[in-house]
Amino acid sequence: MSNSQPDLAVKPKVMGYSLPLRDKLWRQFVIGLPYFWLLLFFLAPFVIVLKISFAEPIVALPPFTKLFDFSDSASRWVLATWDNYRFLSEDNLYWISYLKSIKIAAISTLICLLVGYPMAYGIARASPTTRNILLMLVILPFWTSFLLRVYAWMGLLGKNGLINSLLMNMGLIESPLQMLYTDMAVYLGIVYTYIPFMILPLYATLEKMNTSLHDAAADLGAKPWQIFLDVTLPLSMPGIIAGSLLVFIPAIGEYVIPALLGGLDSLMIGRTLYDEFFVNRDWPLASAVATILLFIVVIPIMLFQRSQQEQE
Amino acid sequence: MNKSSRFIFSSLCFGFAFLYIPILVLILYSFNQSAISSVWGGFSLRWYTALFNNDQIIESALLSLKIAATSATFATILGTMAGLALTQMGRYRGRFLFTGLIAAPLVMPEVITGLSLLLMFVSLQELIGWPVSRGAGTITIAHITFSMAYVAVIVQSRLSSMDQSLQEAAMDLGGRPMQVAFDITLPLIAPSMLSGWLLAFTLSLDDLVIASFTSGAGASTLPMVIFSKIKLGVTPDVNALATLIIGTVSIGIVIASWMMFRQAKRHSIIND
Amino acid sequence: MNVKKEAKTSHLAKPYVAETPWLDSDAVPFIQIKGLSKQFDDFSAVDCVDLNIYKGELFTILGGSGCGKSTLLRMLAGFEAPSSGQIIIDGVDMSNIPAYDRPVNMMFQSYAVFPHMTVEQNISYGLKKDKLHKTDIISRVSEMLELVQLSELAKRKPHQLSGGQRQRVALARALIKQPKVLLLDEPLAALDKKLREQTQFELMNLQYELGITFVVVTHDQEEAMTLSSRVAVMDAGKFIQVGTPTQVYESPRNRFVADFFGTINFFKATVISTNKQSGIITAELEKTGTQVQGTTGGNFSAGDEVTIAVRPEKISVSQQSPEGDHLTITKGIVEDLAYYGNRSIYRVRSQSGRIIQVSAQNYQRSEQLILEWDDEVYLSWDSSCNVVLSE
Repeated sequence: MSNSQPDLAVKPKVMGYSLPLRDKLWRQFVIGLPYFWLLLFFLAPFVIVLKISFAEPIVALPPFTKLFDFSDSASRWVLATWDNYRFLSEDNLYWISYLKSIKIAAISTLICLLVGYPMAYGIARASPTTRNILLMLVILPFWTSFLLRVYAWMGLLGKNGLINSLLMNMGLIESPLQMLYTDMAVYLGIVYTYIPFMILPLYATLEKMNTSLHDAAADLGAKPWQIFLDVTLPLSMPGIIAGSLLVFIPAIGEYVIPALLGGLDSLMIGRTLYDEFFVNRDWPLASAVATILLFIVVIPIMLFQRSQQEQE
Repeated sequence: MNKSSRFIFSSLCFGFAFLYIPILVLILYSFNQSAISSVWGGFSLRWYTALFNNDQIIESALLSLKIAATSATFATILGTMAGLALTQMGRYRGRFLFTGLIAAPLVMPEVITGLSLLLMFVSLQELIGWPVSRGAGTITIAHITFSMAYVAVIVQSRLSSMDQSLQEAAMDLGGRPMQVAFDITLPLIAPSMLSGWLLAFTLSLDDLVIASFTSGAGASTLPMVIFSKIKLGVTPDVNALATLIIGTVSIGIVIASWMMFRQAKRHSIIND
Repeated sequence: MNVKKEAKTSHLAKPYVAETPWLDSDAVPFIQIKGLSKQFDDFSAVDCVDLNIYKGELFTILGGSGCGKSTLLRMLAGFEAPSSGQIIIDGVDMSNIPAYDRPVNMMFQSYAVFPHMTVEQNISYGLKKDKLHKTDIISRVSEMLELVQLSELAKRKPHQLSGGQRQRVALARALIKQPKVLLLDEPLAALDKKLREQTQFELMNLQYELGITFVVVTHDQEEAMTLSSRVAVMDAGKFIQVGTPTQVYESPRNRFVADFFGTINFFKATVISTNKQSGIITAELEKTGTQVQGTTGGNFSAGDEVTIAVRPEKISVSQQSPEGDHLTITKGIVEDLAYYGNRSIYRVRSQSGRIIQVSAQNYQRSEQLILEWDDEVYLSWDSSCNVVLSE
């Protein structure tokens, strides 16, 4: 497979001259429709969240004050209040949630990396048939319900769960361990759920790697662990970055896992936001929580976008 | 086996065991006569019977399937268009933002997407009167929005590894851009579109957080029902449901992998 | 346009285009390239080139990788828009005409045969886009299948065909549209040696019979010389020399062109005297001070530093002192030799220490090598074979 353009430094894709109307319309349609959809249903909502984070909660439907009033002849911008943000900065609960979420997400990402890297490496080095089977086995859990897999851990970790029963039957412990509703359970849940997201990008990078580089290094006298540190690890960096961001960013805002597996002090911001919204019915406050969370993840997301670009 | 190979091998074993043991236990206990998982009461299908008699679960499952199929189809269409727009259409104003809008949903925490979409629907309702009420429709829109990003990534990846000269040849022979897209490009990316559809279907079927935010009265999806049940603890009829889902998906995946494997083999024998 | 079916059976190469329209000042070029440039960021792939190609030519653009030839081809096809300049084909300016509306078709280096369509469907694709009537399409496709000898494979899919067969599909697909110009991107590159020779002749015959103007892009100088009516040598976005194969081979304009085709010996020299009428220059070789005479098309004056270039096959090698007029003679020792069966290549170290490469036909039948390592030999060649170049 070769393109008839070996001598181009850059591969431009536009023809450059003005297209006939038919073709211009097609182009605008193909670009415009998904773009518009995303602007309307993905980007614009963030603006609304920002806006409502400045409103006051009221008992009404919807439960917040309007920020833009058309009622008079002149429309007014009513910046209702900074109260929500003030509240967030004063109440420790939220500070702790944010920091804890970042911490839990970071540690989970690290564990995923430590567990997932050898697995990805092993799969990349396997023979093609074995490789496909192993990949299928990695992907398979991902296609089954995530909720149910977290639920599976509830069954394993509970006081009456399998692990405790086994340990008690073997006489290793006398009374059941508290495993469920702890931070440890949350770590376990996150790693368990997100590890395919770490393995797949890592595998993609490792599989593309040129093994003759390893042979060359070995030929020059490098020991296996040196080869790994000097050759394999740096070259697999794109995969490491992609995989880590694919785990870290969503994990920060994770709700289900802390809700089902975490204890009352396993405060993650996703859960805090959800409770603020559904339990307290305080939409503006929830919006403020979301806005801050959005600002926290925006930079990692841009890093992620850049890592995706570089792969093009 | 040398030391590092042994390490890799044991990591693989440990890793896969870690992945699969919870699932296997889940399946095992769906056949447990006893309601308490620590006690094995004998083999029984009672939970399966209970499951089939549970109207709430069946209704929500049907709703979820409907939403999943609809959103997957539209997500595939929009995602493919986005994939084409980002790889085939060259440079244009706003392209950079577009790439961001496609990358972001892949990692954006669901609570943010869910909350923001809900507030968007509420604002739209105030402004233009639509959506009148939230429910299956708004959930579908939400699912389309994040699924299309996944489809776009899959399509993009396939397009960038495709021989560019095929489309140029079609153009050279007189095909206008739209004709080339339907004659050449789409047939060649069809497998990726199918993968995208399946992925979007799964993501929709499985989604809890976003559905919770964007749903309305009377529209409970399967994950929502399951979640409310399991919040209180383990209930074995959910085990039965899990087994059914896992079983169906596994069979589907094994068949798909086997078919793909055969097709790849066929092509590689004939190609140089 | 009639396609003569009998013509396909003759595999003898026809002579080059007997007419030489480029010498006729009244002839209007079929393809006019005027001041054409293509810039990518800060890099000029094609740098303000002009070229005229006449109807019915089999024109080759020859150059190494990175010289800009592919970019030029793509601009002709319509896949790239020029940064500046014009392309005029048959009197029509192509500037605002997209690729799908141009009377130009291309045969891609990778063939680009549509993998999900049969041979028939591939070939008929262009006609379908022209909205030709179904019956017309069927008859023209079957004619074309016969012309390229693919009739039995009409229903096959590309992955069931060999490389050569796929190339013929690509060719048929382009030719069936009866384009004014056919562009070929490295047409012989992917073929093995035997197939390459056969395809070479087939292409030349096809072009001659159909009368379509071919523009070929290649890096292979043998391909360029055998196929073409004229060759344009390209480097770094510019044309270095445009001429017939004999012109570029025997009268290269500079060292680059001389070195591009085959092998050549270079001698540095200083001009002693020039004769503008006959174009003969007398120059003194450096190191030895031997005086030689050579021909040139360039403008030189006494004292200029020049390069004298001589092709290896022009040099005779013998163990007796050669006799004759207008000969350049030197003595040397065979340092290295390579026996190819039909010819031998000798690398002779002359008295001045230079290595001179000689290519000699083995016209005598002998089981022993005619000349061996360390033999003393005389090298001689007609002075008209000395080409004087400026660098």
